[in-house]
Amino acid sequence: MSTYWRTFKTAAWLGWEMDSNWTEPWLFVLYSVIKPVAGAFILVLMYIVFVAIGRPQGDPDAFSYMYVGNSFFIFVASVLFGTFQVIQSDREWYQTIRYVYISPISYYVYILGRAASKIAVSVFAVAITLVFGVMFLGVRLHLALTDVPLFLVSTALGLSVLLAGLFYVFCGVLFPLSVLPNWGQAVGRAIPLTYWFDITRRLLTEGSTVNTTLGGYDAPTILLFLVVSSVGFFGLSVLIYKIGEYFARKAGKIDMTTSY
Amino acid sequence: MSVATDRRTDLKYRVGLNLRAVVGRSYPRIVGANREPSWIFFEAFLPLLGIAAYVFIYQFFGLQATAAILGNPPMCGDHVCASVAEQNQYLAAVNANTNALIASVVLGGTMVAFWLNVLWSMASQLYWEKEIGNLQLYMMAPMNRMALLGGMAVGGMVMTSMRAVSTLVAGIFVFGVIFQVANPLLLLAVFFATLIALYGLGMMFASLYLLWGREAWNLSALMEEPIFFSSGFYFPLGGLFRIPGWGPAVAIAGSFIPASIGLDALRQLTLGSTAFGGSLWIFNVTTELEILVGMAVLFLILARYCLAYLETLAKREGKLTSRHQ
Repeated sequence: MSTYWRTFKTAAWLGWEMDSNWTEPWLFVLYSVIKPVAGAFILVLMYIVFVAIGRPQGDPDAFSYMYVGNSFFIFVASVLFGTFQVIQSDREWYQTIRYVYISPISYYVYILGRAASKIAVSVFAVAITLVFGVMFLGVRLHLALTDVPLFLVSTALGLSVLLAGLFYVFCGVLFPLSVLPNWGQAVGRAIPLTYWFDITRRLLTEGSTVNTTLGGYDAPTILLFLVVSSVGFFGLSVLIYKIGEYFARKAGKIDMTTSY
Repeated sequence: MSVATDRRTDLKYRVGLNLRAVVGRSYPRIVGANREPSWIFFEAFLPLLGIAAYVFIYQFFGLQATAAILGNPPMCGDHVCASVAEQNQYLAAVNANTNALIASVVLGGTMVAFWLNVLWSMASQLYWEKEIGNLQLYMMAPMNRMALLGGMAVGGMVMTSMRAVSTLVAGIFVFGVIFQVANPLLLLAVFFATLIALYGLGMMFASLYLLWGREAWNLSALMEEPIFFSSGFYFPLGGLFRIPGWGPAVAIAGSFIPASIGLDALRQLTLGSTAFGGSLWIFNVTTELEILVGMAVLFLILARYCLAYLETLAKREGKLTSRHQ
């Protein structure tokens, strides 16, 4: 267990150093904030344009729904894409994967450690985006003290699921599932992130009138769905990792560079 | 003068050499990339999901607006509808605007493909070439370095066009977007002027990134969402001018990226200049084409100067090919 912890800790620190590209921490933090805030602003402008030409009285509930989803999608974008970039950067760019892979550590734990540093940076970016929305864009947020444990549990589960996989379009990140066709809604309901985003919105934007198609379930039931689907996805991620590793070893592709 | 020297200074030989360099450098991007069928999934299908998300946002807004018009009481703008005719008029306007906005996203999505290619396969490319040891080979080769960048650009344009075309086709068949092209020649002129200006910018960045070293990764990352926002990739750029104070400043800053002006012109040419009530365009198409041509020439000249400066610096300091700097 101590080897796993040491691997995790070292990989997390290495991840931070590599992600920040050996630059000054304040400069990297600035990079990490400007990018997600600009992403949020794309949605703000989409809303402003539509209000300007389609619905002058606006729709604050729809805006809050979209803004909160987009803020938490920062976790998805940085952790999900960042995790598979671990393999790519070690193999293609720094060509260090062969040394890490043959060292006596769990490579899976190493990947988790590298992802952890991305989560740490994302927490900061999500907080900045939400605070900015509340202070300057009129986003209506409310989190009761009694809901904090539920919020933390669902966030932890949601983050663990990010390591397993996601279909961005089908999880109601930016728009409710009701917009999707029936088959799309079915796909969405099979993905844990749908429940994570739903429960987060319930806790942060209480009283929203947006039809999410999950309104018939209470928060503990949604949490149960999240737990069950997260466990399933985590098992799936380990299975896919093992299969991928088996075929990569068999084909001798672990340290293959393509110079694309 | 020896025969070899005489041959190297021969114009026909030099032109042929540089053209072969362009073909040689574009070959792995055009032919090599297509040997691996997985590109269809990664280059055509996955990016569509990202665009679909923005399309669904506008559909969501459209449904909310329609629900308000058909609600009780029926709302036409900020007042209750005076008649069924007015209600129908507002419904038609919401449908037309939703289609135009979705079409804007689809066009923006095609341009995103080119911009990402410019960032990651043009601007960052010389830096990656240095990291994997190819740069010294390029520097020793007898062709002009602009031919090398030109080959990267041509290859990138062709490779990315496949993703762009798939986005357009999906926009038309999956999302039901309707484009009305009245002047196809002008549309092609704007499109190619935009691409040349964009890749000229990429060629200039390629040299600058090499100078900036390890910051290349962060710089490219920093020029994704902020540029998507300031250049109006997912909404008409004129929307930024609706925001008093900082909005116009951001829009003007974003206009230095050729994609912003190019997209504005392409949207006018495919949706009609009267779309969105004609209130969200920056300039007319002819003016925007002139700006794009000017940008294309300017960026290509600047790219040449940046490359020359880089070569001078490399000779003086002797550390151009030092990795991990």
